[in-house]
Amino acid sequence: MKQVILAAHFPGVNNHTVWSDPASGSQIDFASFVHLARTAERGRFDFFFLADGQRLREQRGRIHDLDVVGRPDSLTVLSGLAAVTDHLGLAGTVNATFNEPYELARRLATLDHLSGGRAGWNVVTSSDAFTGENFRRGGFLEHSQRYERAEEFVRTVRELWDSWATGDLVADPATATFARREAGKFAHRGTHFDIGGHFTVPRSPQGRPLTIQAGDSEGGRAFAAATADAVFSRHSRLEEGKVFYRDVKSRLAAHGRSPDSLKILPGVTFALGDTDAEAQENADHIRRQQVSPQTAILLLEQLWNRDLSAYDPEGPLPEIDPDVSEDSIIKGRTRMSRDPLETAAEWRALAESKRLGIRDLIIEVTGRQSFIGSPSRVAEEINEFVQGDAADGFILVPHLTPGGLDDFVDRVVPLLQERGVLRAEYETTTLRGHLGLEEHR
Amino acid sequence: MSAVPLHLAVALDGAGWHPAAWRDPAASPKALFTAAYWAQLVAEAEHGLLDFVTIEDSLALQTTLLDGHDGRADQVRGRLDAVLVASTIAPLTSRIGLVPTATTTHTEPFHVASSIATLDYVSTGRAGWRAQISGRRTEAAHFGRREVPELRPENLGDLDKAGVVRELFADAADAVEVVRRLWDSWEDDAVIRDVATGRFVDRDRLHYVDFEGTSFTVKGPSIVPRPPQGQPLVTALAHSRLPYEFAARGADVVYITPHDSEQARAIVREVREISGQVRDPAAEELRIFADLVVLLDDDAKGARERRARLDEIDGATYTSDAAIFTGTPGELADLLLEWRAAGLQGFRLRPAVLPTDLTAITRGLVPELRGRGAFRRAYQAGTLRGHLHLPRPASRYAGSRR
Repeated sequence: MKQVILAAHFPGVNNHTVWSDPASGSQIDFASFVHLARTAERGRFDFFFLADGQRLREQRGRIHDLDVVGRPDSLTVLSGLAAVTDHLGLAGTVNATFNEPYELARRLATLDHLSGGRAGWNVVTSSDAFTGENFRRGGFLEHSQRYERAEEFVRTVRELWDSWATGDLVADPATATFARREAGKFAHRGTHFDIGGHFTVPRSPQGRPLTIQAGDSEGGRAFAAATADAVFSRHSRLEEGKVFYRDVKSRLAAHGRSPDSLKILPGVTFALGDTDAEAQENADHIRRQQVSPQTAILLLEQLWNRDLSAYDPEGPLPEIDPDVSEDSIIKGRTRMSRDPLETAAEWRALAESKRLGIRDLIIEVTGRQSFIGSPSRVAEEINEFVQGDAADGFILVPHLTPGGLDDFVDRVVPLLQERGVLRAEYETTTLRGHLGLEEHR
Repeated sequence: MSAVPLHLAVALDGAGWHPAAWRDPAASPKALFTAAYWAQLVAEAEHGLLDFVTIEDSLALQTTLLDGHDGRADQVRGRLDAVLVASTIAPLTSRIGLVPTATTTHTEPFHVASSIATLDYVSTGRAGWRAQISGRRTEAAHFGRREVPELRPENLGDLDKAGVVRELFADAADAVEVVRRLWDSWEDDAVIRDVATGRFVDRDRLHYVDFEGTSFTVKGPSIVPRPPQGQPLVTALAHSRLPYEFAARGADVVYITPHDSEQARAIVREVREISGQVRDPAAEELRIFADLVVLLDDDAKGARERRARLDEIDGATYTSDAAIFTGTPGELADLLLEWRAAGLQGFRLRPAVLPTDLTAITRGLVPELRGRGAFRRAYQAGTLRGHLHLPRPASRYAGSRR
């Protein structure tokens, strides 16, 4: 039986994270990160996961104020968490566009040393000039070059990690040798990077920290098959999950890789209750919290691409059609990619048939929880999903900071452990080890 | 009882500042790249109630040359990222300040601002930054973005004339300014969580920093809310007029390297003069610390013998930009108090061998200073700024509305 891989996603800066609940704590105090990480470790999770963004989001030219705003530098927080956890993997999203291979390779290898082999890197790329305004180098990348540069970036980072061989750190006073003479030497002459010299970090415990990839496009899938150890997938429904799983896994052979060498991990949400009916009530309550009247208008604007602030959230959908011009009112996040006119027609039909106002419609059409039910139902569905090859595990995204994972760990984890699909105790020390991936020592 | 207690920091670097430190019987060279090694050192420094530790860093292997790789296998080569090391230590300590080194030249100022602000959160108000300039071609070649001439002792004068050095410092000053603006870019009360209007933040209390320097621009605001200290401590090592100006403009603490009390007096006078010209008059007074390499032993002869032994192992007489003190903790206490009279607020001591000379500071020097009424018996403040009697500043944008 396949083991279920589990990761804990710190709640992010979108409307999925409910900040209005009395139980919602700080999004930035270190104690919140410690709480979630320790909860995940108590639940024998494989790793903790942090998202990232290098510019505050804007809508209609102003900083978006309805969702949680503000987050830490991911690798700095993860280094702090290394001190207060023992086994939990620590994976952070870091943008390859606004970093340099030498510096990022160094920071990731450092985290791997400090955590004793628990570092992971979710590689994302970005080409928007909007985010580039925060950096010396600005935004400069052609969209088509994103994965090409990312691929070379990852290759360069791995060359740097490999620049210290296993025995290069000698540290033997008797022979007066601290490090072998050639230690750290590298030269990379490529299209995007032309660098050479010596790397400062000796080979880290994992040798190659875990690489995660999240893109879903053809380029993203090809990139994952060629280079990643895990995919953070958006395909959280059973049937589409199976299709995605087959597609990505089938690409591995061409790179000489086994199907087990790349783990597929959909990002998923959940709502629990003592009974399935109670869980459904909880799910509905959470959805209403996630879609405030103001958020309902805002999400509608994202499809309409127009200022809809004058509309009543409890009233009917706008009669005017979405603006389909290229110029987006949203900055700093991906625009909805489906056909706006077609989607608007579907939403209008749904609103009419169910007699829904704007807010209820938005609740209906966006972000239903992936798993809703009693602990035993959720455990069963999770296991089915994995045994049915729709996933190798999940990145769980709780809706509350920092206690949103407590119930899951207290009530669902023991059931997964009973089924023998989740470890009762950690048996490995590194993140690669937890995932059963090849070591690169 | 001396009127004002002095401030003490310790500079941590590898196995210690003497190049043969890693070959000392007390050293643990194999542990240099583990969290436990750094945690033990900082715990010892905190045990001595020191104000803060600094952690050295550079974006190239250590070298005995001014610029370039020396290929030596018999000295410590390799290091971890200092900011991340500091962040791992933070939850394991509770009072001591943590001041990692990060470069102004290659690291994006936006990333420096985020990571030091985050360190301030992880340490609940104990973060600082040693802003370091990297002018070496070796480091530039690791980034491949700038054409930089090699630094050689004989061409330093020419580079200076060509304005290369001045440009580096101007760039560094811009970087510090950007970082400080980003730390202020969220007003303290920006998070409002107002359920009635559905707003998490009051966006009028978030500010674009709109920095436009000669070589780069940064928009802002920070992705990290305002750090607990408001402005984490900014520090810089300085040896001459240009870096004194840099420190006087942007730093809270400057480390200088006099070799006797007369030099200390002269440098303090120069730094104060420059501060008078370039420092914001509303800013807190620049704290001046002198750097000293220290080799301590219970008797002076023992200390001299230790030094001679280390030099012999390394095959060279150790020299440093800073003065090298060899003697007993009691003698060091006398020297520090004598130098302090030149107008210094504190010292950054560089232990020659770790943990030996660190322990001699915390268990030898500190009691000696206390006996002279010149060092604290308990931490009085919870933040690094607090240790240095620096108030928590209001955001420069407070009250302004876009």
